[in-house]
Amino acid sequence: MTKKDNSAKIQDRDGNAWIYSDIVKDHFFNPRNILKKGEEDDFDYDGVGRVGSPACGDEMVIWIKVDNKTKKITDLRWQTFGCGSAIASTSVLSEMVLEGDGMTIDQAGQITAKQITERLGGLPPRKIHCSVLGDQALKKAIEDYQKK
Amino acid sequence: MKKIFNKKNKLIYFDHASTTYTDKEVFKKIKPYFVDNFANPSSIYDIARKVNGDINEARREIAEILFTTPDTIFFTSGGTESNNLAIFGTAYAHEKKGKHIISVRTEHEAVLKPLEKLKKQGFEIEYLPVDKTGKINLKNLQKAIRPDTILVTIMYANNEIGTINDIAEIGKIILKHRKQSGNNYPIFHTDACQAGTSLDLNVKKLHTDLMTLNSSKIYGPKGAGILYKDRNITIEPQILGGHQESGLRAGTENIPAIIGMAEALKKVQKNKDRENIRLRKLRDYMWNEIESKIKKVKLNGPELTDKDHRLVNNLNVSFLDIEGEALLLYLNEKNIVCSTGSACNSLSLDASHVLLACGISHEEAHGSLRFTLGHCNQKSDIDYLMQYLPSIVEKLREISPVNIK
Repeated sequence: MTKKDNSAKIQDRDGNAWIYSDIVKDHFFNPRNILKKGEEDDFDYDGVGRVGSPACGDEMVIWIKVDNKTKKITDLRWQTFGCGSAIASTSVLSEMVLEGDGMTIDQAGQITAKQITERLGGLPPRKIHCSVLGDQALKKAIEDYQKK
Repeated sequence: MKKIFNKKNKLIYFDHASTTYTDKEVFKKIKPYFVDNFANPSSIYDIARKVNGDINEARREIAEILFTTPDTIFFTSGGTESNNLAIFGTAYAHEKKGKHIISVRTEHEAVLKPLEKLKKQGFEIEYLPVDKTGKINLKNLQKAIRPDTILVTIMYANNEIGTINDIAEIGKIILKHRKQSGNNYPIFHTDACQAGTSLDLNVKKLHTDLMTLNSSKIYGPKGAGILYKDRNITIEPQILGGHQESGLRAGTENIPAIIGMAEALKKVQKNKDRENIRLRKLRDYMWNEIESKIKKVKLNGPELTDKDHRLVNNLNVSFLDIEGEALLLYLNEKNIVCSTGSACNSLSLDASHVLLACGISHEEAHGSLRFTLGHCNQKSDIDYLMQYLPSIVEKLREISPVNIK
């Protein structure tokens, strides 16, 4: 399926059409790599980053484990308070980072909101600005790791 | 199109404050007006006279429900247009007398947006504060009325949290002020769009000069509304053209919608006492279920026991630590529909202005769901909702970093 098809689909708001793409829907209903509330203390992370606030409508936290030799991210977990696209975009980001044997922190630090949105097959335009915050949370988590 | 209210894959509709389906009897009644009785009521031949007569019969029926005369009922395209007509029409016709207008922050956008525009044009808009349940203090209103106040516009019932304002009491305050000052100001308008199915619409008791009602929230078709206008009040028309509606609202009448609105209003008003009892019971059951089965929930708006100040069919609940749109989409997946006061539901990307005006925090407003019940709802719908809602809330809380104390 081409990107163009996906973006057309998500903008179709009439009838029974879903306002988000099927990829967004899949990640929203089946979020990957979450760290459940209450299990934070059991996760032995190397860096953590938090962005947004519930008052703004979106807040997310990302925890990462990093291999000190290869500088590869070996595990990434997250939590998100927010709408469908906020949850889906953090979930898909976790998948992008952990694919194969994991991105290096340099590679991961360069992920942009645009890349996340493309990977989701697009988002409704007004959603991108407010809900794709995962890249920023990930950068903060990497900075946190580098400080340690 | 597949039938949404059939038994298989039944739609559980909890969004009656947003809009209602058209009543089947109403639909049956209006069908002939599309193809057979299609004539322009302004024409003078027989088939046009017939349609014109039917419109005037609809006008007479609505007038009867409002305890007024047919010459005070003006058909429009809906609630939004009626509110615009009432507000701009009054402001422009009476600006020589004064430019002060009183309203409330919890009004619908169809009132707030016209007021914002008037402000830019030099009018002074004063918004009365509301308490945490959305109620105004009548003393504040009394104090706010000035010699140059030309209009007071206060909604009958709130669409989000169901707060019912004491319109009759407000009307009396305004009448008293007029008596003292010896003139006809301020003019009093109420947006009664949420009141049509369950409240008394007697304008003699309510003491309103202008009142908005719409068809699409009372099981009538979309595309019709009325503005009640006391015959002693002058307002300026906003849509110019033909002489329809005594020159107050030009444009060929939306005949099926008008006929349907009158039929729908007659029916809901006739059955309202019985239906109010039924819906209140269902709504209270819903809240008891939610409150007893889900932790960290808060009721928004007046207490459910405050019968005079809360619509019988409205339940607005904040589910702490999670966001309303996510919740709404999970429920939609189970064929359950409702509304949210979350920012994600609005183009402004800010949480509900009604909840914020009540002093409810952004966090709680973002996590709010509004359930509004109506004709199609049964106890089994609530039991179906409760099969899924607790586990959906639980799932979203598990992935949320927020923990409101």
